[in-house]
Amino acid sequence: MSASSSSATTSLDAAVLRQQFPILRDPNLVYLDSAASSQKPEPVLEVMERYYRQDYANVHRGVYALAERSTEAYDEARRQVARFFGAGSVAEVVFVRNTTEAINLVARTWGDANLRPGDVVVLSEMEHHSNLVPWQMLAARTGAVLKFIGVTDDGLLRLEDLDQHLATGRVRLVSVCHVSNMLGTVNPVEEIIARAHERGALVMLDGAQAAPHVAVDLAALGVDFYAVSGHKMCGPMGSGMLYGRRELLEAMPPFLGGGDMIRVVGLRESSWADLPSKFEAGTPSVADAVGFGAACEYLTGIGMANVAVHERDLVEYAWGQLLELPELTAYGPPPEGRSGAISFTMAGVHPHDIASVLDEGGVCIRAGHHCTQPLHARLGLDATARASFYVYNTRDDVDRLIDGLRRVRSIFGQ
Amino acid sequence: MSDLYREHILDHYRNPRNHGTLDPNDATFEDTNPLCGDRIRVDLRLDGDTIAEIRFSGRGCAISQAATSMLTEMVAGKTIEDVKAISKDDLLEEIGIPLSPARVKCALLGLKVLKASAYGFHGWPGEE
Repeated sequence: MSASSSSATTSLDAAVLRQQFPILRDPNLVYLDSAASSQKPEPVLEVMERYYRQDYANVHRGVYALAERSTEAYDEARRQVARFFGAGSVAEVVFVRNTTEAINLVARTWGDANLRPGDVVVLSEMEHHSNLVPWQMLAARTGAVLKFIGVTDDGLLRLEDLDQHLATGRVRLVSVCHVSNMLGTVNPVEEIIARAHERGALVMLDGAQAAPHVAVDLAALGVDFYAVSGHKMCGPMGSGMLYGRRELLEAMPPFLGGGDMIRVVGLRESSWADLPSKFEAGTPSVADAVGFGAACEYLTGIGMANVAVHERDLVEYAWGQLLELPELTAYGPPPEGRSGAISFTMAGVHPHDIASVLDEGGVCIRAGHHCTQPLHARLGLDATARASFYVYNTRDDVDRLIDGLRRVRSIFGQ
Repeated sequence: MSDLYREHILDHYRNPRNHGTLDPNDATFEDTNPLCGDRIRVDLRLDGDTIAEIRFSGRGCAISQAATSMLTEMVAGKTIEDVKAISKDDLLEEIGIPLSPARVKCALLGLKVLKASAYGFHGWPGEE
């Protein structure tokens, strides 16, 4: 415990919240890998268990009371998620397994139906592989061309690249991350949306690293597609959301075919269900959706503004100490322009070795390329170590991280 | 001190044995660990069926580099058939530290490359 631990002044008591997460009741565990996946609080775990124990049946089929309760639980989860993200309607909220699936859905449906050879999709150099590979596959299928927004040495998007691409008049879609999972950069998405819309291009945002940390109001943002993973925001793995503007979703062909997504089925042709069922073929992952809804309620209870203030405090506290460590380089913008993930390297020590030494002290961080190989290549790096913070982390956790890094230095030498 | 980063591991990491490349060589192979991007290349020069010289190069963590350094000492002067007979347990025993499953992959990357080089074809010739 350091003297500075009590000086945090936020309206969120992380030490109390931490006790609501069963895994984190182990006082030796310092979990600093929430950017990969967050831990789960009791209210989410309880609601999922209650669903399986008390309300379980298949949805949208039975007329018996139990099946109706199950359907109602699923529908309520969608209302909770829609409310959390400020979607205009539950019809615009499609449940998917994760952000990756949401992006693939748009590429496979909107992309296949709309893109012609020579049409341009603009991405950035800081994208997660999940916002690169589906578009590479789409380009191979359709002849569309991928163009990129570069990244400055400070870890910011070069918006002049976006302007240059838009000026060609060939851009149909801009798909970038709201927050970078490696740099922590919070991108100027309002500005990107305004510039793209002015030129008639749609905008998709990968919100995987934004949704857990900042309040997202989709209707106010005016974005066309928004993709989210529930498991990074206290919800279960296997839960996620694709938000799409209603008129876009209505015009898009379905994704997977099967039960639940149809209106009338004949032997040779069928018609599609209304939104959002059109994009949800087969028995859905109801318990995961219910847990996702509960996670949204949980975060609303804490208050996303409080989450943001708390994380800013931790990032500032960590950033200052990290930069004081000898031969440590941290990447991305300073605390004012970033979210709660900090990637760094130590001269002469591979990130895996940093992570292994920290693990011996109970501190969990990520090491590797964080599914951003092109970004690492852009920065001239093979791999980095990454510490990421969430509602349950405290300044003591940061102190444990810094102590661990000093130990790394002492083992590997200056 | 660390359970993992004992002095002999750090010594091999800081002062890798048989480090470098051989040009010309009789066999060379390179592979990467996609998990972390570690890359190891092994070059061999043979005297008949016997390894006359061995060098390794590449980038990676202390475990992968130290393990490969130790491996080159194990096989110097051995025959290609001896190399084919080396099991992963032989190498893990030589390394002598407790490794988690993820780190075992780091430790075995050099052996994978050496075996591919010895067999003269791509790919791990069998996990035994």
